[in-house]
Order: sequence, then C-alpha cells, then structure tokens
Amino acid sequence: MILQGIAFYVFAALLVASGVMVISARNPVHSVLFLILAFFQAAGLCLLMGAEFIAMILVIVYVGAVAVLFLFVVMMLDINFRELRKGAMEALPLGALVGLILLAELAAVLGGWIVAPNVAAIAGAPTPAFDQVSNTQALGRLMYTQYVYLFQASGIVLLIAMIGAIVLTLRHRPGVRKQNVGAQISRRREDVVVIRKVTTGEGV
Amino acid sequence: MAEFWSGFLLPLIIMVLEILAITVPLLVAVAFMTYAERKIMGAMQLRQGPAIVGPFGLMQPFADGLKLFAKEQILPEGANRVVFYIAPMLTFFLALIAWAVIPFDYGVVLSNINVGVLYLFAISSLGVYGIVMAGWASNSRYAFLGALRSAAQMVSYEVSMGLIIITVLLCVGSLNLTDIVRAQETVWFCIPLLPMFVMFFISALAETNRAPFDLPEGESELVAGFMVEYSSAPFALFFLGEYANMILMSAMTSILFLGGWLPPLPFAPFTWVPGIVWFALKIAFCLFTYVWVRATVPRYRYDQLMRLGWKVFLPLSLFWVVLTAGVLVTFGWLPK
Repeated sequence: MILQGIAFYVFAALLVASGVMVISARNPVHSVLFLILAFFQAAGLCLLMGAEFIAMILVIVYVGAVAVLFLFVVMMLDINFRELRKGAMEALPLGALVGLILLAELAAVLGGWIVAPNVAAIAGAPTPAFDQVSNTQALGRLMYTQYVYLFQASGIVLLIAMIGAIVLTLRHRPGVRKQNVGAQISRRREDVVVIRKVTTGEGV
Repeated sequence: MAEFWSGFLLPLIIMVLEILAITVPLLVAVAFMTYAERKIMGAMQLRQGPAIVGPFGLMQPFADGLKLFAKEQILPEGANRVVFYIAPMLTFFLALIAWAVIPFDYGVVLSNINVGVLYLFAISSLGVYGIVMAGWASNSRYAFLGALRSAAQMVSYEVSMGLIIITVLLCVGSLNLTDIVRAQETVWFCIPLLPMFVMFFISALAETNRAPFDLPEGESELVAGFMVEYSSAPFALFFLGEYANMILMSAMTSILFLGGWLPPLPFAPFTWVPGIVWFALKIAFCLFTYVWVRATVPRYRYDQLMRLGWKVFLPLSLFWVVLTAGVLVTFGWLPK
C-alpha cells in the first residue's frame, strides 16, 4: 500500500512537472518530448488504478502514433524564435484578455456544476468485479453491447474527419508523372533485353 | 526488520536476479547474433566471414565490442547534447524492457500481465523515438533524413501489424501471451493464418529497419542514416538495441504464430525437449530468415515501401480481420 502511494505521488508530481515544462520549454521539440513524458505518467496513473487496458492504449495511441506525428511536424518547423517572441509581446494584451474571458466562463460553468444525485449508481452498475472478468473484457462488453450505437457513431465521426483531411489536402496537379506499379512488375526480361552477337569491326 | 526483509528486500533481490537471468543471456545472444549474421552472410556469398579471433572466429563480437567502447566519443557541433545522449539509451532500454512479458515456457515469465500483447505492441511502437530523437539531435542532414524515413516507415507498418495481431487475438480470446501460446496446442496459428504470418514477418522486418526495408540507414544514399554522427558507446547502444529488437520481434513471431514453447508434435520424442529449447529454436529460425532475406533481397525503393505498407498490407490485413471474424462466428468457433 505504501509503495502504491509513493508511486502515485511520483507519477502525479512528474505529470504536473512535465505538463508545466510543455508550455514553458523554449524549444518546441523539447515541449513535445515533455508531452510524451506526461503521457507516460498518465499511463502509469491508469495502471495504479487497475485500468491496464486504458494505460496500454494511451501509450499505443498517443505516444506511439499521435506524438510521433507531432514530433515529426515540429521538427520540420523552421522558426526564428526571437522573431516569434517579439510578435508575441505585441499580441500579449489581446491574448491575455481572451484568456481571462475564457477563464471567467470556465469558472462560471464549473461553479454552477451539479453532479446528478444517482450518477454513482449508473456508473458503477455495469462494472463487474475485477476477479470475475478482466479489464479488457469488461470494457469490450460495455462498448459493444450497451454503448454500441455511440461507439459506431464515434467511428463515423472519425471517418468523416479522415475524409475531410484528405479532401482538404488533395490537389490534382497536372503534368505529374506517376509510377505505374502494375506495368513495372509485369515487365518481362524478354520484352526489354535483346541479346545480339556483335561481329568485330561491324558494330550493331 | 524481519518484516522489511521478507516483505520488501527479499522480493526485490529475487526480482533483480530474475531480470539479470533474462538480460544477460539476451545480451550474449545479441553478441552471437552479430557473429551468426556475418557467418551466414559469408556462407551465402561464398566467403568465410569472421574466422581469426578465437576458434572459428567465435570471439569476434567481443573483440568488436571492446574496440567500440575504446573509441573516442564525439559530440557534433550544434548537436543537442541531452537528447543526443538520451536517444541511444532509450533505444537500448526499450529493447530490453519488452522482454518482461515474454513467456519462455509455461509459467516461466517475469510478469504475466493480462494485456501482454498490448504491452509488446506499445513498446515496439515506441522504438521510433530513439531514432527520431537521434536524427534530430545530431543536427545533420543525413541523420535527419534517415530519422524522417524511419518514422514514416515504422508508423505505416505498425498499422497493419496491429490488425494482424487482432486476427490472432480473435482466435485466442485473450491478450495474455501465455494464453495465446496455449491456444495453439491443437494447431499453430501459422497454418490457419498463413498469409497473416507472412505479412507479420515482413512487417517485422520493416519495423526493425532491416533489409530490404533498411532505408533509414541506406548507406548508399544516407551514409548510415540516423546513426551517422554516433561513435563509441552510444553507437554500441544503438547497435545492441537494434539486434535486441530483432530478437524480440522473432520472439513475438514465435509466440503469435509458431506456438511459443510448444513442441511441433505433441508426443514422446518431441515432448522430452524442454519448452525453452523449442522457443529458442523458433527464435533462431526466424533470425536465420532475417539474415537470409538480407543476403538475397535488394533494397526497396521508398515509394514502393510506402505503397506496400498502405496499399497492400493494410487492406489485406483488414480483409483478413473481417474474414477471420466471419469464419469464427459462422462456425461457432469463437473462444469463450
């Protein structure tokens, strides 16, 4: 129990610290690396709570795929940070104003937040005991039986996002020569290589 | 004090010993893997391979290792010092921690977790960070290009690998690696799922940046790709990590498709051999095929590599997931 407590505080402290470093690091690549560290700590916290499936998926999806592409893009950026900072100081009052408004709105919403009185019963009911069924099975049952329509709906939302991204970036450029893989593979030696006996002094 | 000893210190010591019992043989295996690779490639190319150091050149990997560690460490100008040194450590570290969940025989596993496959998949998808960080921190064009190629390649092949793993999971009904091996007691999955087995092996080649997918290092264009600026111990760490990853991928292939520690036929002369030997033999077979492929197949062009990943493997593996699920449901073979 003590070990778990220590582990919790270590994970939580590192999570908050790396979260702070994400927004305060000067180098954007370092920011992304701290973001990855933060994901890891979050996965550790999930493990401590017994949510092993969520923890692994967090690492696979966020660290293994999303953050790689993030890092990919950020590394390619060629920004002059001094220029950027000069511009940032001019936009500071406006930015601060927008931030304050958002903070006030958030406070207003959270201040009036009331948790429904019977929510604990609803949330707790479909979760079977850990010794009867494993984490993954419990999640699977819940998602594919009770919430199957919501699950499908979220899938369609993601599909639309994917199609949208393709439509936005698709450009038909004229004059581009493309590889025809079928033609390349179906090329046979007989079609392209001719062997001739060349007699000396005459040439082909 | 006694409680502290029996409740904390003793389990800790046992755990450390168990970890050493996995890591030390693994590192020796890595050393001899480099030797075996050079010997096999030599035989395939009508050469001798290393033959001078020790009997049959057996001491060659240790001589190479000593030589590497005796060399000077060079930090390129303009390199990001911290990230530059973290990258090889990360690669090596990730190649080692994945072995925590590999079952060597029934019950012989450091940590028998319920989501073993996901853990392995997560760790192998993290391998790209070592490479990307190395490429970026080196502050060199060659290294950066190699890192970008590698990142794109590994992300592409992970997608189809995930789907292939899903077909296996459909047949097993569990994410636990021990359960996966035990589900193959009647028949190894490489027989009913043969196309998936071949695709998994090819994806594993791409995932470990091996020939014919070794474009991240492509020495004819990129000198040595992402590790061009590394020397001495950091280079050795990259090298060790890469070969440990190959062994890990072979172990994964054996567990998912070749029946892990199970003997090929479940009766007398085969069952006398301990399971760990069968497991090692299967890993060795996969590794031999890695070397065989490297010695025979020419390197892919980059657009062909991307095409293979996205336009061939991804639709095909998706189709097989649907097909496997359909067959299992139709015939009522779904595992409980």
